[in-house]
Amino acid sequence: MTVALDILMTASLWEAVLRIATPLIFGVLGALICERAGVLNLGIEGIMTLGAMVGWLTVYWGGDLWLGMAVAVLVGMMMGWLHAMLTVPLGLSQHVSGLGITLLASALAYYLYRLWVEVGDLPPTIVPFQPLAVPGLSSIPFLGEAVFTQMPPTYVALILVVLVAWFLNRTPAGLALRMTGENPHAVEAQGLNPHRIRIWAVMVGSGLMALGGAFLTTAAFNSFFPTMVQGRGWICIALVVFASWRPGKALIGALLFALFDAFQLRLQTVVEGVPYQLFLMAPYVLSIVALVLVARRARVPEALMQPYRRGER
Amino acid sequence: MIAGAVGPVLELEGISKRFGALLANDGVTLSLKKGEVLALLGENGAGKTTLMNILFGHYAADAGAVRVMGRALPPGRPQAAIAAGVGMVHQHFTLAGNLTVLENIVIGSESLWKVGMNRDGAIRKIEDLSRQFGLPVDPMARVGDLSVGERQRVEILKALYREARILILDEPTAVLARPEAEQLFRILKGMAKGGLSILFISHKLHEVMGASDRVVVLRQGRVVAERVTAETNPAELAELMVGRAVARPKRQAHAAGAPVVVAKGLRVSRGGGMALDGVDFEVRAGEILGIVGVSGNGQAMLGRVLSGLARPEGGSLTFDGRDIARMTPRQAVRMGIGRVPEDRHAEGVVGDLAVWENAVLERLRDYARLGFVRRRAAMDYAEALIARFDIRGAGPRTRTRALSGGNMQKLILGRNLAAGPRFLLANQPTRGLDEGAIAAVHQELLQARAEGAAILLISEDLDEAVGLADRLQAIVKGKLSAPIAAEAADARKLGLMMAGVWGTADAH
Repeated sequence: MTVALDILMTASLWEAVLRIATPLIFGVLGALICERAGVLNLGIEGIMTLGAMVGWLTVYWGGDLWLGMAVAVLVGMMMGWLHAMLTVPLGLSQHVSGLGITLLASALAYYLYRLWVEVGDLPPTIVPFQPLAVPGLSSIPFLGEAVFTQMPPTYVALILVVLVAWFLNRTPAGLALRMTGENPHAVEAQGLNPHRIRIWAVMVGSGLMALGGAFLTTAAFNSFFPTMVQGRGWICIALVVFASWRPGKALIGALLFALFDAFQLRLQTVVEGVPYQLFLMAPYVLSIVALVLVARRARVPEALMQPYRRGER
Repeated sequence: MIAGAVGPVLELEGISKRFGALLANDGVTLSLKKGEVLALLGENGAGKTTLMNILFGHYAADAGAVRVMGRALPPGRPQAAIAAGVGMVHQHFTLAGNLTVLENIVIGSESLWKVGMNRDGAIRKIEDLSRQFGLPVDPMARVGDLSVGERQRVEILKALYREARILILDEPTAVLARPEAEQLFRILKGMAKGGLSILFISHKLHEVMGASDRVVVLRQGRVVAERVTAETNPAELAELMVGRAVARPKRQAHAAGAPVVVAKGLRVSRGGGMALDGVDFEVRAGEILGIVGVSGNGQAMLGRVLSGLARPEGGSLTFDGRDIARMTPRQAVRMGIGRVPEDRHAEGVVGDLAVWENAVLERLRDYARLGFVRRRAAMDYAEALIARFDIRGAGPRTRTRALSGGNMQKLILGRNLAAGPRFLLANQPTRGLDEGAIAAVHQELLQARAEGAAILLISEDLDEAVGLADRLQAIVKGKLSAPIAAEAADARKLGLMMAGVWGTADAH
């Protein structure tokens, strides 16, 4: 027990939690925007992989780190556009299309990587984002080191949580988006176009997912390899449910998962005689437990996964 | 009432719309004057809803024009209709249950590019409209928590919030109980007096007679007649609507036999309260017992108990002297208990299965050998049902969802009656059906009664209950009144019974 407490009391643990949570925050916000508009986007895993690749590649080819992020968003939006075209105007199965996008985007990422990048014994690297200490705030004891000495994209992610929550709950466009996920017929009856709203939501959401992927290659690591997303996309899909489709709770969910992950990494090094696979498993098991405990009373967007066809009920 | 001194506020001219082989609207022309309540009367499938969807811009018409205040509306654009002052209350509410009343009302009223929302202003405007038109509702309530009547108020407020001057209501009372419906029409009349113009769609004659100034009758996509309401009568309208004289069949007096289903002191609790609280009744062979009452007073639970879907916690329930309090639905079918459920879409049929599959679903074992379905026999049975019960627009292979409500109900009734049940539970058997279909269902129920079936009719429609039932009991908060003979039932007495005043009702 004291070992666990000791770990929890270190600022470096909390610094790691925020770092591990960052791609999840981007991903979960992206998935949440799609789902609030009524579209499940299982393309997330592939979109994150592709985002990781193109973000890294842009920098590898001499682009600025932020340019890499922007390119990732753009490519993510293109994948989102494809998913939206298949599921919104054509009304195809969102599951099948999403999994297809994941396969396509992951394969595309690796294919282009092998096509364009010379890989030797070690994968080539870039100079990633460096931690940015927020002036003033970073000198607060403990908190300064834990929260205010992060990679710049982490701050972006945290600000985005507030922005997305504000957008959804406080703007006419956010209301229209939510209404589209609840009852697209109501949206049409009020003179808005539910298809257009869904297409935009899926594109923007997919852009955020790709941003989460790009964080992995431009901040968390400095090189790309095809399996690096490692199911983070799927975790985001679960986190959306855990969060009852609310941005604030999504942040808590992402932090919680990251805490489990950071904690088990440190625990592995201290506790002996336990197979390390058990520790690796822990965050996933705990996520499922949390999901069961929290999400049973969640209010699902009523029109989630229901294609909207004009003039049909 | 404002006289028609000004030109019409709304004109439809020569509207035609074709869906595949079906000509849904055929050169429909009508106009609506300022301050008028116009009823568009027609059976299900007459093309009323298609017409309204064209008017509101959900569909583009193949031919014809819609003019509001003399200006033509561009086809297929709801936004243009809204901007021109047309508000529509759809039959199936277009509300989001998870959002608040406020959110449901303001959506679409502000530019999507606006950065903030004027919540306080919106709430004030909604409250003003509520007061002005007598539509009380809490703007911050979650729509999913509201009653059906309140949701309809939200729908109307939505239209008023967008400054509608012309209000179109598609079957506004389809989901309302009678008192709510009456209140709605009072509100609509008040709005018309205030200068709004109202167009409502209905297939219910008493509503049209009671609430409208003028009636346009639609049949098979065409306008067949136009009448000033004060100069017509329900019989004429019914004939115009159906195209032939229809009258609901009359019950012939005949003596009832021995009790078939007897309930004594049935009790079922639900949540904290009692869904059924000491219910006594008996249904005799060759008799229809009517249970009347405002919905939500325990009818649903009574139906569930009699179908074997819920078990009573106390009291006794017998069928031909056998205890059936703990029967399963399958046993109910085997014993000869027929059931017409309240919600035919949810419980009556499986919409995506074919008609023949729904026809044999209850007695699949009779149409199976070695675990395989005998398709030929099942098809033949379905053919026989279609012929005998006049189920139109369907073959055995038709997807059941494609049937109209009336024909779906005939299928359900048919598969129950074909087996010659000893007892039939008919729960709201004509809800949402048009006049022609109602007459057909009533005819079948009376036929079954004449053949000796004991029938329990649960209905909100008093005309129906009084017309069919030999004896009537009212259900209020899970309790049943003592039975009265149908001959002794008048509107006042039934009203008192449904309000829970049995003492007075019994005294007469």
